[in-house]
Amino acid sequence: MSAALAPQNIAPSTAQEPYVLHLEDRAAIEREMLHYEDRRAASIGALKIVQKRHGWVPDEAIPAVGQVLGISAAEVEGVATFYPLIFRRPVGRHVIKVCDSVACFLTGYEEVRDAVRKSLSVGFGETTADGRFTLLPICCLGACDKGPVLMIDEDTHFEVSPEDVARLLERYP
Amino acid sequence: MSADTRPLTYRVDLAAPLDLRGYESREGYAAVRKALKDMQPAEVTHLVKEANLRGRGGAGFPTAVKWGLVPMGESAPRQKYLLCNADEMEPGTFKDRLLMEGVPHQLIEAMIVSGYAIQASRGYIFLRGEYVLAAERLERALAEAKAAGYLGANVLGSPWSFELFVHTGAGRYIPGEETALINSLEGRRANPRAKPPFPQIAGLWGKPTVVNNVETLCNVPHIVLRGAEWFQGLSQGRSKDSGTKLYGVSGRVKRAGLWELPFGVSAREVLEEHAGGMQAGLKLKCWLPGGASTDFLMPEHLDLAMDFDTIAKAGSRMGTGLLTVVDDSRSIVSVVKNLEEFFARESCGWCTPCRDGLPWSVRILAALEAGEGRPGDIETLEQLCRFLGPGRTFCAHAPGAVEPLQSAIKYFRREFEAGIAKPAPQPVIQRKPAPRAMA
Repeated sequence: MSAALAPQNIAPSTAQEPYVLHLEDRAAIEREMLHYEDRRAASIGALKIVQKRHGWVPDEAIPAVGQVLGISAAEVEGVATFYPLIFRRPVGRHVIKVCDSVACFLTGYEEVRDAVRKSLSVGFGETTADGRFTLLPICCLGACDKGPVLMIDEDTHFEVSPEDVARLLERYP
Repeated sequence: MSADTRPLTYRVDLAAPLDLRGYESREGYAAVRKALKDMQPAEVTHLVKEANLRGRGGAGFPTAVKWGLVPMGESAPRQKYLLCNADEMEPGTFKDRLLMEGVPHQLIEAMIVSGYAIQASRGYIFLRGEYVLAAERLERALAEAKAAGYLGANVLGSPWSFELFVHTGAGRYIPGEETALINSLEGRRANPRAKPPFPQIAGLWGKPTVVNNVETLCNVPHIVLRGAEWFQGLSQGRSKDSGTKLYGVSGRVKRAGLWELPFGVSAREVLEEHAGGMQAGLKLKCWLPGGASTDFLMPEHLDLAMDFDTIAKAGSRMGTGLLTVVDDSRSIVSVVKNLEEFFARESCGWCTPCRDGLPWSVRILAALEAGEGRPGDIETLEQLCRFLGPGRTFCAHAPGAVEPLQSAIKYFRREFEAGIAKPAPQPVIQRKPAPRAMA
């Protein structure tokens, strides 16, 4: 069936609005660019700025960031998908990152991991049904003398015990 | 604690780090004044050479040799860069965090003095994204230093100008490799680069670049202030290596922690005197001397001096100098599996041996851990250790990854063998020879 014969009662799909960087974000990216002698060096910073606004980096933002930096969308995507602290999928309101490296492994990582998983009923890479938490693994957080360690958003929590987990999560509504 | 014995940490205050005025009142920025007023750049490098400062990031490369490869003089490129590797992510390592959170001005000062030595035009502190507090404190210190004229155009009225920035990353272990760090700083995927050309010739944006670890750099102002002889004396004759070292212990010991000690103290002193030994009911099984990418050592190695050459002679590497202690309640196979899972996940995927070999090792280790290994698995692991070893891969990631694996097999082969499933007795089946295929 050719397009001309398409039933008239079905609304034509509206073309997606092109993503426009928020003015503040654009200004922040441009300030970031001043730190470098080549503007693409601000790509990780730019993705973080966009992520701060949305909680993640939406698909449409990728070419928009590329345009400011003077690089292709594919190059921006290459960077975005390389670094795990840049989220290319929506995440919960809070992101939990549990250190699974060797020192935490030796001091009780598995018990803490199980307590978090049980408490939230999600596995790594998943978000709770209410959109509150996303659970991710992370490598050594550089606090090996205080393991097990995890981060929630930008807060690092040390010497976490499985019994602490429920109370700790309550602090992040 | 005093500057004479604990130069790196005597001013550390994690609760409330010194601000500019407080830092200046405790010899802060005195090394910048001294270097810029009384010393030629080459004299700073020479002093660091005399002091025998070796890199604290894990490889132990002589700092002044690294600096010495940077083109100097009128004909040198106008743009040169000093990068601080503050991407601390080697599992078991937690020393640079303390220096940056506890006395941020010291690193800023160290960057200025070291930048002066190589006549850098700019510096970047490449800080891992998770170190949120360190970023805040460094930014604040940076702003103060700038306002005071220690940074920017014509530092302290000298002809030399130097700008400094904090650059935060977005995760992954591989940017800790210096050429991957440069790619990451340029806003690219952090794949390593081929060497040569070495970064000192063509690094960041193709210009001469030096990459030094946080702890390494923090030694420089003290060397400039107190001299090479003093620095060599800090190790109190225990080692050929000079200075102090941040040593630490993690694992199930009584008092895990971090201490600035003379270079070359024994591992036993660090573990038993400072960390208080193992927790009640546990025995030491083995230990990593300096991060996940170093070979395991055994209890009988505890009396060795923790310096680069001694630990190398015992078949391992001092690495970052922070001990990870494995207790006897642990199966070595599961500990090594944890380590290899880390390396497999953190491989950048650029070269095949690393990208495919590391997950393969994890699959075998998981099978051995579950008691479902097959005959030949240990030999396959040993083969992987060779195929992923030095010279076979693009960078040092995979060779580092196989260090704990090869040493675990060497010391605990029985535990690996115990993971191989015993074949169920098979009924004997008499088989007739297969008929030849018809032509």
